Amino acid sequence: MIVERLGREPNHLELGLFGSLWSEHCGYKHSKPLLKMFMSDNPRLLVNPGDENAGVVDIGEGLAIVFKVESHNHPSAIEPYEGAATGVGGIVRDIFAMGARPIALLNSLRFGSIDKPHNRYLFDGVVSGISGYGNCIGIPNVGGEVVFAESYTGNPLVNAMCIGILRQEDMTRATTGGEGNLLVLVGSGTGRDGIHGASGLASRTFDDDRELRPTVQVGNPFLEKVLIEACLEAAASGRLVGLQDLGAAGLTSAAVECAANGNSGIQLDIDKVPRRDTGMEPYEVMLSETQERMLLTVSSEHLDFIRAIFDKWDVECSVIGKTTNTLRTEIFEDGVLKGDLPVDILTDPPLYVIDSIRPSYLDELQSFDWDTIDIPSEGPTETLLKILRSPNISSKHPVFRQYDHQVQTNTVIAPGNDASLIRIKGTTKGLAASTDGNGRLCYLNPYIGGIIAVAEACRNVSCTGANPIALTNCLNFGNPEKPEVYYQLENCVRGMAHASEAFESPVVSGNVSLYNETRDQAIYPTPVIGAVGLTENVGKNCDIGFKNEGDVVFLLGAESFQEPVSTLSGSEYLEVIHGKVAGNPTIDLEMEIKVQKTCRSLIGANLLNSAHDCSDGGLAVALAESCISGGLGLKASLPDVERWDVALFGERQSRIIVSFSPEHLERFDLICSENNVPSIQIGMVEARSFTIEGLVDLDVSKISDTWHNALEVVDLSY
Amino acid sequence: MKFGVVVFPGTWSDKDCFYVIDQVLHQPVEYIWHKDTDLTGFDCIILPGGFSYGDYLRCGAIARFSPVMKSVEAFANAGGLVYGICNGFQILCESGLLPGVLIRNDHLQFRCEWTSLRIENSDSPFTSKAEAGQVISVPISHGEGNYFADSATLDEIEKNNQVIFRYSSPEGCIDRENNPNGSLNNIAGITNREGNVLGMMPHPERCCDPLLGSTDGEVIFRSISDTLLKVTS
Repeated sequence: MIVERLGREPNHLELGLFGSLWSEHCGYKHSKPLLKMFMSDNPRLLVNPGDENAGVVDIGEGLAIVFKVESHNHPSAIEPYEGAATGVGGIVRDIFAMGARPIALLNSLRFGSIDKPHNRYLFDGVVSGISGYGNCIGIPNVGGEVVFAESYTGNPLVNAMCIGILRQEDMTRATTGGEGNLLVLVGSGTGRDGIHGASGLASRTFDDDRELRPTVQVGNPFLEKVLIEACLEAAASGRLVGLQDLGAAGLTSAAVECAANGNSGIQLDIDKVPRRDTGMEPYEVMLSETQERMLLTVSSEHLDFIRAIFDKWDVECSVIGKTTNTLRTEIFEDGVLKGDLPVDILTDPPLYVIDSIRPSYLDELQSFDWDTIDIPSEGPTETLLKILRSPNISSKHPVFRQYDHQVQTNTVIAPGNDASLIRIKGTTKGLAASTDGNGRLCYLNPYIGGIIAVAEACRNVSCTGANPIALTNCLNFGNPEKPEVYYQLENCVRGMAHASEAFESPVVSGNVSLYNETRDQAIYPTPVIGAVGLTENVGKNCDIGFKNEGDVVFLLGAESFQEPVSTLSGSEYLEVIHGKVAGNPTIDLEMEIKVQKTCRSLIGANLLNSAHDCSDGGLAVALAESCISGGLGLKASLPDVERWDVALFGERQSRIIVSFSPEHLERFDLICSENNVPSIQIGMVEARSFTIEGLVDLDVSKISDTWHNALEVVDLSY
Repeated sequence: MKFGVVVFPGTWSDKDCFYVIDQVLHQPVEYIWHKDTDLTGFDCIILPGGFSYGDYLRCGAIARFSPVMKSVEAFANAGGLVYGICNGFQILCESGLLPGVLIRNDHLQFRCEWTSLRIENSDSPFTSKAEAGQVISVPISHGEGNYFADSATLDEIEKNNQVIFRYSSPEGCIDRENNPNGSLNNIAGITNREGNVLGMMPHPERCCDPLLGSTDGEVIFRSISDTLLKVTS
């Protein structure tokens, strides 16, 4: 195909360029046709996703935000510390490449079962890597999620999200700006690290990881920190034509993408590229994925001004080429032409649409016979404690406390809540953010799972009082060339696209990580959603913790506690207690939207003291979490239920637990009925005991210890 | 009165400290670039938190050689108020302006969490508006905040009342359980013998705003401005 379009055989260097740019990681060969399903027209969008590293979202008062989530799954599987660290570094560069100051990081992490030593090693390494890199660069790590499931054994998911803020006039773009400009490389010297990261690592499955270690890059967070400051100073000067990060496929993709966006050609003198290794071939220089490098486009009259900024920060700054009118990528070494390819062929990889086949396991699991699930003989109290101890439900404090979540002094709602909330200094605005995914539900029903992933991320944001305004996503799937995997991908994306439209929250950016398989076994289909919400009054917000004894506790989105047994589909209870992943999850999207809107209205009216999404682990777990977080107890009763296990641990969507002073009952009822949303009283906040009439009677300190210590206890046995 | 906030490459609490002095104290404040050496006109120099030069060597070991540090030393020797927070504390120890050293947390992990601090000495210019024995809630965020000194040095700083803050329970109890990093004697912050140089690992600039959960850090900044007002008036 290359020979046909080029009219000749490409040489070794040129083939390397094709190999990287036409890889799944850079070229989105299998996913691009699907990504077109995502809605991307919205009045808030200043720049369309797809045109740039990320879409730019207007938040008023001349401000805008950019955000994106990106995977570093395969590098982290091979070298967890550096893999995760450079994942953070990479996503941060994507954000400040647009002239935005990074103001928050989040992480979605998935590992195999924590009691296997290798999974524990990966978990510890990844968390240390995020901590080691993230803490050094002064961006608060405000949230995320950690999930354990057997399907991620050997193939952990490490998805990092970054949010940045900018004054709209300071926005920079990845472009050459036409012919006659200079290409300037700043940051680290180029080495042999990470060659073939995009094509060799991110775009294949792997069984034996030993040979791949040199393809993982090593991060230098200090250089990243000064690079952020120097690049933002340069961007704010208004004298940059273009700014682009060097990520996957290094200089090759940065330069070629800028040329494509600027509708120009480029001429690179790669002998001018500063090296940290000797004897490097042009092939190696072009494909190196050395971290902490940025490519600037500068007109010659401003070069000295820009250079002075990088000198001030002691960051290396070299002119490595220029832009031309040829629409070609010309690579010279010591004046000799080594490669010469048209930009448009490089940026136009073949696209594949695979005929999907509905996986055969779906029928069997979806038609699960619920009569086989007995009510546990150990009773509700013991069952609750067991679930609170499960690694997926238990406190992630041992993880979050290793991340600086407060630097920049904007963190209003800290990690450990449904979503985090940061204020925007100089305004009354706040931004809420959450990352969510549910591989188990997407495995059981890819389309519904995709809808639920979006709904839950938005629900978390709504529980702080903020209105979800835009989404980002990372699609973590197995090998798309397998028709069954492609079915999962296709249907998850359909579900997400549908939900995104329903919430009027456009998908502004994204990343695709395919080939997540080890020994031919694909991971759960795991789209991770990052939702960002805006509140105009950051002072009016809610976290999950109960606040006062005597407050009433209500369940929003339900009129009774009796739910069908099928709400146990894909639940934590079903897996932890019965060892099963089965059923067919459902969601009423219309109700979901109404419930979220009602929750936001209640918070906006200053009625609520807490709001907590009722999700993983079901009602009992969510109530326990609100008690633990607030240091208070609860006296509840769930009348008229047939099966206590379904009432306590069923995971029906679209439910939010709220608490408020009894004096607000009337206004609460009014707002609920105006929105046509049902609600039912669960009970009342108490001092110390956690009781659910006839079912559970525990001291809050007991549930708190159980929940807090679970991950740490594992820690000691490691 | 004028505050100066020093910026090393890798510093990240500079803007947070600046914000508190500017927006909470409403006092004049300027950044000082680490290559600058002229501290004329400043009344208090703040060395903020961060990872100066990446702290790839011992924390603060490279920053102490920055051009500005010679001037900070002269400023301190002339009696000026110098206040190091987190990385700033580490730099002050490395440069010899404060005794002892900060080593890796005993559990070997980075920690970002709220701690309770008992104020041991309210005669210091940094705590004059607090009460001795008062407990304040201030977050930490460090991997190397484990205070260590040889026993002779430790005896001396204890004897001279140079220990200003100790990690404690919310009730003010000093014990192993409420020591987040293994610091000797639960030390969270000390001054030099003369009392005009303070270093502390916790971050009071992160708790000067009710929206962020606490305003307990304000008492330190208000003590400094109060002290300076008395000196300059």
